[in-house]
Amino acid sequence: MSPKTLYDKIWDAHVAHEAEDGTCLLYIDRHLVHEVTSPQAFEGLRMTGRTVRAPEKTIAVPDHNVPTTLDRANAATMTEDSRIQVEALDTNAKEFGLHYYPVSDVRQGVVHIVGPEQGWTLPGMTVVCGDSHTATHGAFGSLAHGIGTSEVEHVLATQTLIQQKSKNMKVEITGKLSPGVTAKDVTMAVIGLTGTAGGTGYVIEYCGQVIRDMSMEGRMTVCNMAIEGGARAGLIAPDQTTYDYCMGRPHAPKGAEWEAALTYWKTLFTDEDAHFDKVLTIKGEDIAPLVTWGTSPEDVLPITDVVPDPASFKGGKVGAAQRSIEYMGLKAGQKLSDIEIDTVFIGSCTNGRIEDFRAAAAVLKGKKIKDGMRAMVVPGSGLVRAQAEEEGIAQIFIDAGFEWRLAGCSMCLAMNPDQLKPGERCAATSNRNFEGRQGRGGRTHLMSPAMAAAAAITGRLTDVRDLM
Amino acid sequence: MEKFTKLSGIAAPLDLVNIDTDMIIPKQFLKTIKRSGLGVNLFDEMRYDDDRNEIESFVLNQPAYRDAQILVAGDNFGCGSSREHAPWAIADFGITCVIAPSYADIFYNNCFKNGILPIALPQEQVDVLMKDAEKGANARIEVDLEAQTITSSDGEVFTFDVDPFKKHCLMNGLDDIGLTMEKAASIDAFEAAAATSRPWV
Repeated sequence: MSPKTLYDKIWDAHVAHEAEDGTCLLYIDRHLVHEVTSPQAFEGLRMTGRTVRAPEKTIAVPDHNVPTTLDRANAATMTEDSRIQVEALDTNAKEFGLHYYPVSDVRQGVVHIVGPEQGWTLPGMTVVCGDSHTATHGAFGSLAHGIGTSEVEHVLATQTLIQQKSKNMKVEITGKLSPGVTAKDVTMAVIGLTGTAGGTGYVIEYCGQVIRDMSMEGRMTVCNMAIEGGARAGLIAPDQTTYDYCMGRPHAPKGAEWEAALTYWKTLFTDEDAHFDKVLTIKGEDIAPLVTWGTSPEDVLPITDVVPDPASFKGGKVGAAQRSIEYMGLKAGQKLSDIEIDTVFIGSCTNGRIEDFRAAAAVLKGKKIKDGMRAMVVPGSGLVRAQAEEEGIAQIFIDAGFEWRLAGCSMCLAMNPDQLKPGERCAATSNRNFEGRQGRGGRTHLMSPAMAAAAAITGRLTDVRDLM
Repeated sequence: MEKFTKLSGIAAPLDLVNIDTDMIIPKQFLKTIKRSGLGVNLFDEMRYDDDRNEIESFVLNQPAYRDAQILVAGDNFGCGSSREHAPWAIADFGITCVIAPSYADIFYNNCFKNGILPIALPQEQVDVLMKDAEKGANARIEVDLEAQTITSSDGEVFTFDVDPFKKHCLMNGLDDIGLTMEKAASIDAFEAAAATSRPWV
């Protein structure tokens, strides 16, 4: 048998039907559903008299619209249209018999944090969701990617997706990370090198010593932004770190089934000599704490650098960089560490897990955020929130001057009341710095939780290593 | 789904790289539970000012392009989120064909589910069509899906690639859920085998 990549193995294990032209029906093991991209899909089922084929493999949770303020049980905290979307999910989940975590449930949170936390996401699975950051679940060695609403309806009705296979790309991070450098910097560094279209048509397998040394939380951060590099999915081969994370989770297998699963999971690695269509190698030691300066996630630079000159780019990027710098209100040559911010957002499916909060709290301990700074921490789930409170991390944030919120997507995409006003500038641990992403006219700089915490203290983009 | 076979229409030039789905349809319009009615908000933040007045310089607000059926754009069109609201808004505006050097994966797939043909051409060919589109309403571009050709207003012909299955579905306006359900026996067999080999799933 010819050697296979991890992606090849998971793909082969899920082909339910292959047509002569190579178009496959890929079986889906887990379908995650949220309120924004699903109402039209359920409506489609009703209109055609179809039903959900595998409700036991379908997990729903509202996250995008929900307010994260402490008074959110009060319906008045939501706009009418947001409330209708959440109510539609409530109704659909009940009517079609899905696993459901309503807003009032302590397990509610961002769908990509809830799935792994509850043990729904396991190695070797296929996982889809009507959300591009489904790539997160690739951290477990599961093939996970975002789909559109028509495909959501297709999966609901058939538990399969019509797919053509992507190409294989390997991204190896060798060596060790320096102090102050985190998983977020790793994934941003990769996008900085490949560009936002560099991964288009590929599934990326991340490997190397830096990845092996990473916690599951860090690996989820890395895979989460695979989509920002254009890749269909990001993957990391499961190992002891993965098994330890999964063991004992509510929906993970137990007893003899656990042993059987473990035996299978241990076959999930890329064979020696397997073919990759593209390979990128980065030395962990070469990665510095990074920030974005522009309006594309590929606009990445070390914090010690300066805003680039648009003329230094090529092709269509020259105009795009000019437009970005104008939108961001910056000047070419300006030191990144001189950029003043007024808002800090720590949270999202990229960086809303306990490890992210520990890293930010380590920087904030005993310090205060700058006067006038609006700073919020939004846990990825109610359980992350509870754990942070138990560990005393929540108190560090509160003492520093942060708002300590309930779980949701919040200011990552500003569909709930948390939005930037025109011209406001935010240090954000989320995943997209697009124009208007956090609110019309708002300006976003992406970075790690530790870097965002440092910026909250000084009031400007800051090299966290200076505060360590 | 609407069939797509041939199209002869006005093409709007939008010469920007990395046009993301937040630009195509900002999040405040994702709170709908319908698929229709989003055309008025296509490119909303580029198209209207803070007082909801049209920004004259934006291409789709110019008289020549208000009825555009084709969009010519830069590299990596549709990057960002999986929101199908992006192709819904494009189709609702009346655009059923996009021409660009490359597309983000999810957006590309979403187009085919909504009667939109996304065509990828080499940059130099897109450059020719971009110039053509800049001529305005007198320059009609022809797209023939059956023949897989684009003809510029000067009669220059470009050929393009498209996946045969996607082409078939688009030309016939097929509902692919119905097609998949015809293969229910294969799905049943797969599920039965998986229940034994991976019972924990």
